[in-house]
Amino acid sequence: MSVSESCYHCGQPVPGGVGLSVNIAHQSRAMCCLGCQAVAQAIVDNGLSEYYKNRTALPGQGHEVLPDELKKLALYDHPDIQRSFVIDSDEHLREAVLILEGITCAACVWLNERHLKQLPGVKSVQVNYASHRARVAWDSREITLSRILQEIQLLGYNAHPYSALQADALRKSRRKKDLQRIAIAGIGSAQAMMLSVGLYAGNWYGIDPDTVILLRWFGLLLTLPVVTFSAMPFYRAAWSGIKSGHLNMDVPVALAIITAFIGSVWVTLFGGAHVYYDSIGMFTLFLLGTRLLEAGARGKSVESAENLLKLQPTMAIRLRAGQQEYVPVLDLVGGDCILCKPGETVAADGMVVEGVSTVDEALLTGESRPVVKQPGDSVIAGSVNLESPLTLTVTGVGENTVLAGIVRLVDKAQAEKPRIAGLADRAASWFTVGLLIFTALVGLVWFFVDRSQVLDIVLAVLVVTCPCALSLAIPAALAAAGSHLIKRGILVTRGHALETLARVNHVVFDKTGTLTQGKPVVVDVITLADVPAAQCDVLAASLEQASEHPLAAAFKGRVAASGLLAVQMARNHPGQGVSGETGGQCYTLGNQAFSSASHDVAVEDYARRYPSATLVWLCDATRPLAVFVLEDPLRGDAVQAVATLKARGIEVSILSGDNETTVRHVGNALGVRNLHWQQKPQDKLASLQAIQRTGAIVAMVGDGINDAPVLAGAQVSFAMAAGTNVANQSSDIVLLSNRLGDVPQALETGHATLSVMQQNLFWAVAYNLIALPFASLGYVSPWLAALGMSISSMVVVLNALRLR
Amino acid sequence: MTSTLVFLLGLTVIFILLIGFGIFWAIKSGQFEDMEGPAQRILMDEDDPMLPSNQLSDKKK
Repeated sequence: MSVSESCYHCGQPVPGGVGLSVNIAHQSRAMCCLGCQAVAQAIVDNGLSEYYKNRTALPGQGHEVLPDELKKLALYDHPDIQRSFVIDSDEHLREAVLILEGITCAACVWLNERHLKQLPGVKSVQVNYASHRARVAWDSREITLSRILQEIQLLGYNAHPYSALQADALRKSRRKKDLQRIAIAGIGSAQAMMLSVGLYAGNWYGIDPDTVILLRWFGLLLTLPVVTFSAMPFYRAAWSGIKSGHLNMDVPVALAIITAFIGSVWVTLFGGAHVYYDSIGMFTLFLLGTRLLEAGARGKSVESAENLLKLQPTMAIRLRAGQQEYVPVLDLVGGDCILCKPGETVAADGMVVEGVSTVDEALLTGESRPVVKQPGDSVIAGSVNLESPLTLTVTGVGENTVLAGIVRLVDKAQAEKPRIAGLADRAASWFTVGLLIFTALVGLVWFFVDRSQVLDIVLAVLVVTCPCALSLAIPAALAAAGSHLIKRGILVTRGHALETLARVNHVVFDKTGTLTQGKPVVVDVITLADVPAAQCDVLAASLEQASEHPLAAAFKGRVAASGLLAVQMARNHPGQGVSGETGGQCYTLGNQAFSSASHDVAVEDYARRYPSATLVWLCDATRPLAVFVLEDPLRGDAVQAVATLKARGIEVSILSGDNETTVRHVGNALGVRNLHWQQKPQDKLASLQAIQRTGAIVAMVGDGINDAPVLAGAQVSFAMAAGTNVANQSSDIVLLSNRLGDVPQALETGHATLSVMQQNLFWAVAYNLIALPFASLGYVSPWLAALGMSISSMVVVLNALRLR
Repeated sequence: MTSTLVFLLGLTVIFILLIGFGIFWAIKSGQFEDMEGPAQRILMDEDDPMLPSNQLSDKKK
């Protein structure tokens, strides 16, 4: 088997000697791993091999479904948990919205729809291509929700329930309203334009005055709904701008619509040169159209961001009178006894009363190594229990947990965030003021020169300088840049972010999980006896087979599952290591103090070579066999990303909750000198604010709960999609691809966006300045005004499209 | 001349009302919610012949 062969399912290279294959459409296809094999087999077995013909993008690598994950899915069947996301249509019919993870192309959607539809008890499945959400209805007598979720997992996707947020419903109804407004504006402006063609032709060839009046009245009738219904959002935004004391872009827009309409009505009623009904309609339609596009791009980002917020069952096992019962976390009170199984997230702050285990607090504190917990130690809600069951007394729930405290800190940071005024609003204020003064002056001059022409001239000035291009300049650029970025896996969830990105001059990184991968990997094996390294690998992986510890995963990944040895008497020693017997020999794998054999080996040498590494010792009964060096490695593109940033003259700092040695080690590897270690969430925020006080505009990149306050406090922030919900929510940009290289990329797009915005503004203002003198002297006829307005808008939109 | 115009304008009103009603109905029934789906969905056969493996898996369940 050649190495160049790639997996038929996921496209990854097939490692030599794996020898897995699936028969798809009468042809044997190579698979790279057991996960892909299982997924491909499930697809073929369900008669869905059509998928491989239709797909246009490769799916992610399949993963084996572990029995433990299935057990967790069963929690979704609990009525208390279902209450938050399931709609009971009638007695047995249930409906829920599921978020599908891993959708890469249309064929994936087809695959899921088809497969679920053929399950007995599933009444209907509707997958939305754009938002990756599936609406599923099922009969609770025939099938359970967990079964449906499990079937989706078998196809290699991941599904979790989505609890319809209020914001989501609001967004939907607002979009419908926007579409209605556009429909009205479209119909109205199209018809008004037809009429004005008649009027222009009449100007040229001569027309019966009665017909002119008839056409004008009809135009008024058509434009009335456009002005009163379609243009409503502009009035509202303009009014709130005026009330809060600053002139935004909507003020000149609303002003242009209202004055043009009133002027035209005046002309219709009492006679005059021109009506502007067609211009009003088109102006409104154009603006509504771009705003819908912008809202659509932003809505898509928000939807994708919401898809990242997993709805996890928040249940805990309460121990009462020796009985275990499942209760919602909300029902827990201080003093309750809860049981936390290995692999589970701790539900509430508590104190260990029984059991010894290690917990992973990386997301809460940034500490990359697991922490040992014994009776008497306190455990924070949100940390993950790794090794063995722990019994806890609850000390804090809900609002009283450390986690909730961090969330409060996020809110505070958000409120204190330094604001950067948007380019659009700044441009709008002086433009509006200037325009108003100028129009008043022109009106005044004409009042003395020729009273009969005042209205016509003032109207022409307002229509020609109609801020159409000006108000399109920024939303068009933002919409184009947003949809360009989302294609690269960079999700902009807040509108201001793109503009701010262009001004960033200091990037702050979190370490664990952001610069590093957040999980340890074996970087070196040092053999101490005559056993070869490969054999040591197999022994270590075999011993760790049953362990949930994150270190165990590092060992298991190094050996093919088929090559593992059978281990008898396997035992887990929390906080120390594992032991077991294989081939009649007794082995231990753990820290140095664990086995007497490794006790006395000198380690200074290793400590110097790997200052931040965890050393794990493999020993047989009498002697140490090997030392495994485990480190949390840097992400593949971390060095490149930091170097690119520094090459552009951007300062780089690291804020980490981890210890000094580890942070220094990472800092040296990346060439970053600005290091802060052992930072609690509030310390991080303080450090950030200190940097901001020097006048820097800071972009923060992070992933953990402990980063959330800094993410919220930075002028602009990035979160890793693989990180926690709180971090994703507090940031402006989510890196769906989890690539650090996207940070400089996004900064570059920010620069490009800003320059396109500036060009657009320049063009729009230049156009207005050129047109103004002609209009104010009475040389611009209505058709010329309308044409000029359309062309200037077109130039702006086309310029924005260059951002793709 | 003017009477023809009045008749045509009256016709326009009727058409506008019909179009407006149609669009509002389409918006309300959610036809604009998924703009990519229908275009893709039409390409996938919903009624491909029952493959032997398909029936087999149905029996299994």
